[in-house]
Amino acid sequence: MKNLIVSPAPHAHSGDSVRKNMLLVIGALLPAYAVSVAAFGWGALITAAISVAACVLFEWLIAKFLLKEQPTIGDCSAILTGLLLAFNLPCNLPWWIVIIGALVAIGVGKMTFGGLGQNPFNPALVGRVFLLISFPVQMTTWPRPLGFATSYVDAATGATPLATLKQIVKGGDTGLIDQLPDLWSTFVGYMGGSLGEVCALALLAGGLFLICTKVITWHIPVSILATMALFAWIACPEGMCPGQYIGLTLCTGGAMLGAFFMATDYVTSPMVGWGKIIFGVGIGVIVMVIRTWGAYPEGMSFAILIMNACVPLLNRIRPKRFGEKKQ
Amino acid sequence: MTTFKIGGVHPHDNKSYSAHQPITECPLPAKAIIPLIQHIGAPAQAVVEKGQQVKVGELLAKAGGFVSANIVSPVSGTVTKIDSTIDAWGMKMPAIFMDVEGDEWLETIDRTPDIVTECNLEPKEIVDRIAAAGIVGLGGACFPTQVKLLPPPGKKAEVLVVNGVECEPYLTCDHQLMLEHGEEIMIGIKILMRALGINRAVIGIERNKPDAIARMQELAAQVPGVEVKALKLKYPQGGEKQLIDACIGRQVPSGALPIEVGAVVDNVATIFAVYEAVQKNKPLISRVMTVTGKSLSKPGNYLVRFGTPLSDVVALAGGVPEDTGKIIGGGPMMGRAMNNIDMPANKRTSGLLFLPEKESRRQQPENCIRCGKCVSACPMGLEPYLLSKQAELAMWDEMEKHDVMDCIDCGCCLFTCPSHRPLLDYIRMGKGKVGGIIRARQAAAKAAAEAAKK
Repeated sequence: MKNLIVSPAPHAHSGDSVRKNMLLVIGALLPAYAVSVAAFGWGALITAAISVAACVLFEWLIAKFLLKEQPTIGDCSAILTGLLLAFNLPCNLPWWIVIIGALVAIGVGKMTFGGLGQNPFNPALVGRVFLLISFPVQMTTWPRPLGFATSYVDAATGATPLATLKQIVKGGDTGLIDQLPDLWSTFVGYMGGSLGEVCALALLAGGLFLICTKVITWHIPVSILATMALFAWIACPEGMCPGQYIGLTLCTGGAMLGAFFMATDYVTSPMVGWGKIIFGVGIGVIVMVIRTWGAYPEGMSFAILIMNACVPLLNRIRPKRFGEKKQ
Repeated sequence: MTTFKIGGVHPHDNKSYSAHQPITECPLPAKAIIPLIQHIGAPAQAVVEKGQQVKVGELLAKAGGFVSANIVSPVSGTVTKIDSTIDAWGMKMPAIFMDVEGDEWLETIDRTPDIVTECNLEPKEIVDRIAAAGIVGLGGACFPTQVKLLPPPGKKAEVLVVNGVECEPYLTCDHQLMLEHGEEIMIGIKILMRALGINRAVIGIERNKPDAIARMQELAAQVPGVEVKALKLKYPQGGEKQLIDACIGRQVPSGALPIEVGAVVDNVATIFAVYEAVQKNKPLISRVMTVTGKSLSKPGNYLVRFGTPLSDVVALAGGVPEDTGKIIGGGPMMGRAMNNIDMPANKRTSGLLFLPEKESRRQQPENCIRCGKCVSACPMGLEPYLLSKQAELAMWDEMEKHDVMDCIDCGCCLFTCPSHRPLLDYIRMGKGKVGGIIRARQAAAKAAAEAAKK
């Protein structure tokens, strides 16, 4: 008889892989991306293509020539980082800024720490926040979604609903309430903002798909969104009905994208149920504090990065052991 | 639906290959090798000599301690030598070699097919018969059964939990046994309840065996105190602690035995052996084993006399398939990969699984992506990603603090890991180290206490 293969148990595997998870997340982003392409036209296509290509290329170059190891771009995580970075950028951002963002995301955010699985901060958000601080004007010039525009750099721009909200909440300018979009249009989309934030509905559908396919668990998105809703309900500005404020809070800006896709990044979120819930609540509170009192109209990126830093601490929370008695 | 509360995974059950194949008897070998270690605990001590003639049912080796088991001759013939043999993993073990001559049984054994229902023996007599018959847990752990029936002082058994779960993929021997010998198993349950002085038993069966559930429910309806629980499909439901949790909702604390929560767990195959030993005076000389695999020509459930070379059983099942890459003793989750099939069938061999070459190799491990799936999958509520890293870094104290000794080796962590990391390999190594450290510490404390007395 020929030689038999001998290895320790178990001899079966679920068939799950890193690549499969990454591809499922990319797939879950596609509905939202399709809406973005419909809304922003060439801008959405070009920005995402540059971002994804640059992320993959930088990861390959850094692994091959700086770290001198076998590049692992086959796991598709660089594609996901590139796509998520693009989702967080305005679609008319000059191409070279996108490339700088990709270099910071992959180079500083990920490969410095040893590649996939080692980075403490969400790489796409590291790239985005770097750009936000370095190029504040370009990063906050939001084109209006006007259908299939052919020229992407000269798109018409305008204020986002969150910027209007900021003036109402922080500036007390209640006269602007009439200018807020109605809830339904914020839910289905077509407001100004980052490339991927156009349609809350599409993001929500993608997020639910990820929960159903067990790529992510409910803990983080539910705790983030519930915390934000609760905060909005308590801190509703005068002259607005709480329902409208809660709806706008959850449907505009990076709330959906952040809650379902950015905060749930495996590497930079806690491992255990309760840790995930505390992580989500922390993000929800920080976002609302920034939105209400901070200098920026939106704080999702900062909130997630701040809570990323708490993950090693949150991982000290143990899961419930079998047979453990209540203290 | 009922199941255990923490963790668990859902491997494909792959039972269709050998399910519902009637139990077929395997012919006697010309030469039999009977290992002296077929159970957990001390090796048995041979009581026969070279050249001695023995009949089926005669004692070959007696239990070598409290936690040990008798070994009874499964064949009749002449003892040719008492020497060491190589097991399926290349390790040496002591064994009795016999030339098989005919098939002569001791007259005291009832070989008729009649079912004996009445049992009026005293608990002590029942336990003695079980011990004499050399019965061990046939679910895989091979813990001597009589030891479980003698609770330590101060502990009281309340419920007999019967394991009909067979949560390992591919294996079907317990399922077929319940279908063909349900009546005898039910009598065995009554005998064990009598021996333990209890009046409650719960039989746990997973829902992928609806006919076995129906059969056992029909039989249980006639026996007061016995109940069948249909359990949701989830691995490792057949693990002792998980089964008790699923069947009676009690969680055995860390480091404790089932008796701590008043439970005694026995597998259906063990209970069938108890029936045969107590009612028919037939010691444990054979077992049903599943021989299966996708490419095997005649997968099925075979009744094999101990001592029969596994290669004989494989020949009966159609021979080793061409594409075989790995042969596993037991199921794919906890079974051990073997490097030969020359070793004899014994109390431990619950199944033989032939995996094709392409399913035999593990994938290349990648970086841990900290997805936490291993934590969600662990049925003991441990953190496999952390324990495996600590083992890599030789942090034994930290591993002990993170309860590595609770690990039950079920393999859910490695099964579920998307990065194919060898989590359990490291944890198993760490568990060995930490176990050694704990034993050394206990021994040192004992020695110090004794020195202080003087």
